[in-house]
Amino acid sequence: MNAITPGTEPSVPGMHQAKAAAAADPRQFITFTLDAQEYGVDIMRVREIKGWTETTALPQAPSYVRGVINLRGIIVPILDLRARFGMGTTEPTRMHVVIIVITDTRTTGLLVDAVSDIISVEPDTIRPVPRMDDRPAEDSFLDGLVALGERMVTLVSLDGLIGSAGASARTH
Amino acid sequence: MAAFDHLRTTYFEECAELLDAAYTHLAAIAEGRADDDTVNAVFRAFHSIKGGGGAFGFERLVGFAHELETVLDLLRDGRLAMAAPVAALLLRSTDTLSDLVAATRAGQDKPPGFEDELVEALRDLAVHPAAPLRAVEPAVAAAVVSRWRVRFVPHAGLFRSANEPLLIIRQLKRLGDVRVEADLSRLPHLAELDPEEAYLAWTLFVETAQPRGAIEAVFEFVGDDCDLTITAATAAGPADHPAAAPANETPAALAPSPSIRVDVEKVDRLVNLVGELVINQAMLAQLGSQLPPEMCAGLLNGLDTMSQHLREMQEGVMAIRAQPVKSVFSRMPRLVREVSAHLGKDVRLAVSGEGTEIDKTVIEQLADPLTHLLRNALDHGIETPEERLAAGKPRQGTIFLSAEHRGGRIVIEVADDGRGIPRPKVLAKARDRGLVAQDAVLNDEEIDHLIFLPGLSTSEALSDISGRGVGMDVVKRNIQALGGRIAVQSRDGTGSRFQLSLPLTLAILDGMAVAVGAESYIVPLTNIMESLRPRPDNIHPVTGHGDVLAIRGEYVPLVYLHQRFKVPDAVTDPCKGIVVIVESEGANRIGLVVDDLLGQQQVVVKSLEANYGPVEGVGGATVLGDGRVALILDVSRLKTASTFSAPVERRAAPPMELH
Repeated sequence: MNAITPGTEPSVPGMHQAKAAAAADPRQFITFTLDAQEYGVDIMRVREIKGWTETTALPQAPSYVRGVINLRGIIVPILDLRARFGMGTTEPTRMHVVIIVITDTRTTGLLVDAVSDIISVEPDTIRPVPRMDDRPAEDSFLDGLVALGERMVTLVSLDGLIGSAGASARTH
Repeated sequence: MAAFDHLRTTYFEECAELLDAAYTHLAAIAEGRADDDTVNAVFRAFHSIKGGGGAFGFERLVGFAHELETVLDLLRDGRLAMAAPVAALLLRSTDTLSDLVAATRAGQDKPPGFEDELVEALRDLAVHPAAPLRAVEPAVAAAVVSRWRVRFVPHAGLFRSANEPLLIIRQLKRLGDVRVEADLSRLPHLAELDPEEAYLAWTLFVETAQPRGAIEAVFEFVGDDCDLTITAATAAGPADHPAAAPANETPAALAPSPSIRVDVEKVDRLVNLVGELVINQAMLAQLGSQLPPEMCAGLLNGLDTMSQHLREMQEGVMAIRAQPVKSVFSRMPRLVREVSAHLGKDVRLAVSGEGTEIDKTVIEQLADPLTHLLRNALDHGIETPEERLAAGKPRQGTIFLSAEHRGGRIVIEVADDGRGIPRPKVLAKARDRGLVAQDAVLNDEEIDHLIFLPGLSTSEALSDISGRGVGMDVVKRNIQALGGRIAVQSRDGTGSRFQLSLPLTLAILDGMAVAVGAESYIVPLTNIMESLRPRPDNIHPVTGHGDVLAIRGEYVPLVYLHQRFKVPDAVTDPCKGIVVIVESEGANRIGLVVDDLLGQQQVVVKSLEANYGPVEGVGGATVLGDGRVALILDVSRLKTASTFSAPVERRAAPPMELH
């Protein structure tokens, strides 16, 4: 049986993008860059993408919390993802981008370099993140890795990221 | 089932409103201001509580409401005279009814027998209406057992309006003997039967001592969904049904009131959006002011008009959230009744200005402090009847509860004509507890304000009414948490007066914008006592405690905001910046060191916790005219972080001012 009928799992690797519509549950991700690396966040969690605006600093906040902005009347904290991943602090310019994401009931902004693409991924092509013993804390921020030809996209776990950001904000 | 829960919630909301209405009208009856409409309104309230409760199967509630309804019915017919004892009994019964409603709502059950005493009293009243009346027409009440023939033909759609004939017939049985004849003539063949339609009709023979109106009332909720004919089955019995007029009157009186129920969330979204528009408008106005007026006069005019409309719109939206303070004031008469009975005191509560409107959230948080103040007045303020007579005062004490708008705030007063604050006792106690130095000299006003200090309760015996040491300090904290102020005036032997001054809404706050480095912060105006630029010789370092500012003989600890919030490039020398002296809960002041004052403004309070979390010393955030976020300081939490303790002799509570 080679024909793909609705309800059967496509099992041929590499055809996930072309046959996305017929597949069981392809997930879509918005990809963005930090330096040369490419990351993805679940498109269903992204509320909007906006340009960088000045933030208001929060006292006693961890260094990766850039502060808060006014998003049409609600106060939204902005996380510097580069700082969160331990890759240094971002020097934001007008070209930098903030991805507004929603987790549970919280709205948070992620400061990244640029947004690049929307990709469709079959869940079974997502590879687990290899364990890195020297950087254990970061593992919970990552959901898996996806190979797209030459490119590799690291999927970001928003629950791990924002849950822990909130938690550390509280303990500070 | 969600839909059912929703109905249940709606029912209880309605109950609360109906009880409120019943209280209001009963109060009018008690004061002799009653007319037929008032009695009718009370009857309708009890009847609706009963009717709705029946649908949910709250039998106990329905049973008790029924007893009340019976008495009201007698009043309505004039078979029972409206006398003070009757009103008192009805008020007490309404208290009990509202207890039953509250218990049912919470899913609890009151202990058996809870309402029995009142049920008996109500039945007594129903059976033996007031003595003089009984003398006039003793036979009437007992002998009027009339027979009625009720033809009840439901329309096909009866069930769709959630009515159940069985319940109606059962309710009818409460009125007396009922013989039921079912009419099956409309019943179709089984194959054609639509189970959701009503096919049966009934002829009911009712034997009851109740008037025709009572039967009509049973069918009140199905009036539009059936053909109903009530005819006297025998000629016997006096015609105590005043023609057919009531049947037409009732639906008219039940016409929907011109108000709608709206989810608070929807209103809040609107409030939020309008707040945004205001900020937007401020930005546009700022940009507009940079344009040459001769080039774009039309645009500038348009901006002007828009700003006016926006302000009106903001007021209008805020007004939706506003509610009359009545909803909290109306709980107080019961408190006074119960507590004064418990204490053996004779107290009257005079309420005024209950129509004054204030934001819903403020109202909700007003109940506790007000209850506390009233208990306090009842327990400590008003004397026993004997003491009052001995002091040459009327036997009955009076507590005045009033509300009014004054200069953009609402002022609520709780005043009593009792003994006033016993100043020598308060002072002695404060000295005892080390709250005031032994040799400190305080004026009367300062002594009066000592009662707001934690741990000062002067009642000799701890009672279960008040005086557990959690007293006025909690009230003061509650009021301050609402952005309000409290003050007291007292005159020995003639009473005390507590004055609460509250903002009309929590969503908007009067603030002072201050600059620290490149950041601006908002300090709530209610916290600010004064601001000044100190001279170097006013600043003294205290080892291990940071700096203090000497001002009029007091030492005020300084909090450097730039240090606390780690703001770079700020003014570090208080003598080059500004010290804002703020006061929060308790009586301790602190001085906030900031770069400069930017000006006073109204800000829309936004939550920081919704998307982030609590931040020490920050109460919320707001959006400034330029679209940037500014943090609103929570002065009470700034203070707790500073471990400075002021010298004891300087800790007397300063008098507060009300504006």
